[in-house]
Amino acid sequence: MSATANKPSNSSETDSDQLTGARLTELYRMMVLSRHLDERVWLLNRQGKAAIAASAQGHEAAQVACVEATDPSKDHYLIYYRQFTAMLALGTEPEEMLRGFLAKEADPMSASRQFPLHGAHPRVDLFNFSNVIATQLPQAAGVALADKLKGSDAATIVYFGDGASSQGDTHEAMNFAGVQKLPVIFFCENNRFAISVPQSKQMGIDSLASRAAGYGFPGVQVDGTDVVAVYEATKAAVARARAGEGPTLIEASVERLLPHTTDDDHTRYRTAEDIERMSKRDPIQILSDLLKRRDLITEAEDEAIHAEAKKRVNEATDTVDAEPYPGVETMFDHVIEGSGGNS
Amino acid sequence: MVFNIELPHVGESVTEAVIGKWLKAPGDQIEKYDPLVEVTTDKVNMDVPSPATGVLTRILAEEGETVPMGSVIAEMEAADGSVSVGQDAGETAEPTSSPAAGLAGRIGTVVQGANVGPTGGEFLDTSLSAAPNTPGVAASSQAASASPASPKARQKGFSPVVTRLAAQHGIELSSLVGTGLGGRVTKKDVLAAAENGDSGAGAAVQPQLDGVSNDDQVIVPSPIRRMIANHMVKSMSEIPHAWSAIEVDVTGMVEWRSASKDSFESEHGVRLTYLPITLSVVAEALKTNPRLNSSWIDGNIVLKNAINVGLAVAAEEGLVVPVVRGANEASLVELAGKLSGVVDRARSGSMTLDDVQGGTFTLNNTGSLGSVWGGAIINHPQAAILTTEAIVKRPVVISENGADSVVVRSMMNICLSFDHRIVDGAEASEFLQSVKSGLEAITLSSDLK
Amino acid sequence: MPEQTVIEAVRDTMRNEMRRDDTVILLGEDVGSRGGVFLASDGLIEEFGENRVIDTPLAESLICGVALGAAVNGLRPIAEIQFADFMWPAINQLIGEASKVRYGTNGVKTAPMTVRVPYGGGVRGGLYHSQSIEVLFAHTPGLSVVAPATPYDAKGLLASAIRSNDPVIVLEHKRTYRLVKGEVPSEDYTIPIGKAEIKRPGTDLTIFTYGLMVHYSLQAAEMAAANGIDVEVLDLRTLRPLDADAIAESASRTGKALIVQEDTPAVSISSEVAAIIGERCFFDLDGPITRLGPPELPPMPFSPIQEAAFMPSPEKIHTAITKLAEI
Repeated sequence: MSATANKPSNSSETDSDQLTGARLTELYRMMVLSRHLDERVWLLNRQGKAAIAASAQGHEAAQVACVEATDPSKDHYLIYYRQFTAMLALGTEPEEMLRGFLAKEADPMSASRQFPLHGAHPRVDLFNFSNVIATQLPQAAGVALADKLKGSDAATIVYFGDGASSQGDTHEAMNFAGVQKLPVIFFCENNRFAISVPQSKQMGIDSLASRAAGYGFPGVQVDGTDVVAVYEATKAAVARARAGEGPTLIEASVERLLPHTTDDDHTRYRTAEDIERMSKRDPIQILSDLLKRRDLITEAEDEAIHAEAKKRVNEATDTVDAEPYPGVETMFDHVIEGSGGNS
Repeated sequence: MVFNIELPHVGESVTEAVIGKWLKAPGDQIEKYDPLVEVTTDKVNMDVPSPATGVLTRILAEEGETVPMGSVIAEMEAADGSVSVGQDAGETAEPTSSPAAGLAGRIGTVVQGANVGPTGGEFLDTSLSAAPNTPGVAASSQAASASPASPKARQKGFSPVVTRLAAQHGIELSSLVGTGLGGRVTKKDVLAAAENGDSGAGAAVQPQLDGVSNDDQVIVPSPIRRMIANHMVKSMSEIPHAWSAIEVDVTGMVEWRSASKDSFESEHGVRLTYLPITLSVVAEALKTNPRLNSSWIDGNIVLKNAINVGLAVAAEEGLVVPVVRGANEASLVELAGKLSGVVDRARSGSMTLDDVQGGTFTLNNTGSLGSVWGGAIINHPQAAILTTEAIVKRPVVISENGADSVVVRSMMNICLSFDHRIVDGAEASEFLQSVKSGLEAITLSSDLK
Repeated sequence: MPEQTVIEAVRDTMRNEMRRDDTVILLGEDVGSRGGVFLASDGLIEEFGENRVIDTPLAESLICGVALGAAVNGLRPIAEIQFADFMWPAINQLIGEASKVRYGTNGVKTAPMTVRVPYGGGVRGGLYHSQSIEVLFAHTPGLSVVAPATPYDAKGLLASAIRSNDPVIVLEHKRTYRLVKGEVPSEDYTIPIGKAEIKRPGTDLTIFTYGLMVHYSLQAAEMAAANGIDVEVLDLRTLRPLDADAIAESASRTGKALIVQEDTPAVSISSEVAAIIGERCFFDLDGPITRLGPPELPPMPFSPIQEAAFMPSPEKIHTAITKLAEI
């Protein structure tokens, strides 16, 4: 079942700019599926089948809510390696996700030439050219510039972490976007750690959003575990962009519930207390509680949602596990136009 | 000293200025950097500062005049030492290129003086194309070539293209004379040989030649023959030959050899002919007459240190000249052995590269065929060639104790052809005298080894 | 036939391409109202407006990253980097990102972008207005690199670069901007990327070269002709991909190869050309493959005698020709 099956084609067809209960439940379903798939990928790594993975656990709410406020039929998404949930929210099937992690031939993003989540999406304008930090921000400014010149009202959403905010490219991109009033949303998922470097060593300020003022556009800090808050902040930013009013910086505060990647051990630099404390800011739990409080789902329905997600994950894993790796024949394709046998 | 004050080059893409008000007058004392005159350009208005301390003597550009930058606008009498003579690297106009035919228009030409400065503006070219005459520059010109070919290095061996072409055309590389550096056989040499010898395969094909009647026979020369022909022509056309000859009384040598040959042969396993003896004497004579062992190279006389004597040998295909290396250092026995070896190899057509390379002098025993006089052609690029003629018993007048008598002696003429650029008659004669006395010193009782 | 300087050919080509295809835009520092510090874009903002001729902030990584993003979203940007010496911050976006867009997305995304940059010395440019930067780009799969030496080639290659659907780096030797004037047909034409050209046919040896050195080599060839040495000059024109067939054909035919380059020789284009000749022409060589380049110093000293000592010149090339020819 597709994660976005029930999503209306245009979010503005809802009653207001607010999320309906039905949509909230749908978003929850997506987050739960993401969580289970995320856990499965981690296990596959520990089995030696998935060479590397970066988890989005703790980021799920921010990612689904942000996507929800955009229009995948026309907007652009420049992601980085942690946008696992956003990919699902944008219509990527679990099989397609797993193909990337298991490096299979049918990986739609890059035919497994790249790390998982790198390459370009087959159906929405989502791409992630490299594993280099923050290079996507000037690129996003370029994408947005083209839209401005074309007279398109599409928005460009570029995702990055707190670590990326220190790169020169980040400054250059924001500066230019501010000068040119580009329709770009700088969406930072601040989990306060760049691998092991904490925020206090990454920047001299408490709120990244405060930097936006230095570039001449608004900066908004939101609780990244709060679906509604992220949705509303993004909605406002998208409206600004479409109206030609320029960029917005959204800083979504989230927790990175797992280490940086499957190659990291965060107990080397985080205290047990800290790890315990952050586990309380689990967006799945938070939304589950909210939905139950609002009588949108029952305990039984919650369990069913989890069961269904697990089943889906199992099916997808079995399918993809049996698929082939890409052969040598396609290795020379697409270097430049006409190279190899298939470009 | 009188010092010219020029309108300096200032400002991007600006070439001239309008002279404004002169701030100093002739006779005024001026300090270095004092403002002299106001000027106006398209871009800036400025004061021209004095380049030196001294006295302004003449004004050469009047107010209101438009003057190109670089032209002299005034003169001053400068105090010695105040003038900093800048390293004027000199102005060199960009040499114009003459582009290749057929592409000329599209390659374009180099526009004189149209220089773009480092940051976009006009830039004055102060000699960037010609390397000035400073030792540092010369040294770096050497350094600039990453793998320079040293002209002094003797080229050893054959290059890949030469071996390939030689194999392709069936050319004997050892027979080729190289025109490359140090006598290297070049691609051109091989191609020339191939072209000349190309039709050497079938003598059945009669080439069309002038002056040939139907019953004349045309022989198409083999590649070797062609080589020899070319070599002879080169020698005769380049080297001014002169000749000198002398008679040698070899009676003693004849007697010695006659008495010694059997024991020599049984002791050393090699035949004893006159050749190693004359070779030994000639080699010694070359040592004391080094100009006979030299080469005219690029207008210089190059005295060869090694004494490698070539022996002209009639092989089946023509004249070949195997070389005995270090002839002055070998004993008679060794020489006999070497000679025997190379001559055999020459006659059987199995000479090696070593056998034919490096000769510094040539000896030709024309006497073996009965000749009593010869004017041999010098083996280019050597300085001389010596023939030993037939040993003939002649009546000869001998003076002893004031009385003349006629005796029968074995006489041998030796004839020298020499390069008159390098050797004069006197030196030629001295050399011949050395050989003569060396040979005439041999008697029956000599102990030659 | 109209004659133009290199800079005029560059300017006209950009203008023609922008007229021909309204997705072509130009961005860079000072390219708009100032018309570019070398006047390469003089008049373009007046004709095409500030949406298509964009004065960017002073940020090279940005310029190339924005060009990449715009290229991926339907435009054909020309990014101008003001001086090759300032290119280094953009290496990440060009070599790290742009070169791998097609490959890394399995052909789903392509980056039809051009980066133009003035390079080279002999202009009293010191260490930071004289550099040659071709090597890193010429080493990178996914990029193409061209270095035209004449106005005719500048137009044809720049047009090809702009029309290419992959990233192309166009290296323009700043000294040739106004120094070289030549015929440039006014009609539309392109020169294929990857093709060298014999600028002067010859028989005794071949000079392989590019950029300003093409003109110096032609001058040296004329000097050599007066001494009976017939020199062929092959202008590489494209540095990636090198026209290995043309290189091998010429080297095999003349048998002697002299590679002349302004960039420092160690690990450079000349190294690659030498390797190609060694690999493909071994049995046709009549002399060692020879390279002429500047000394291994940071390019290049500002002061005139040292700059002249650094730069190859027609005289130095002529000396190298003579040495190689006489072997």
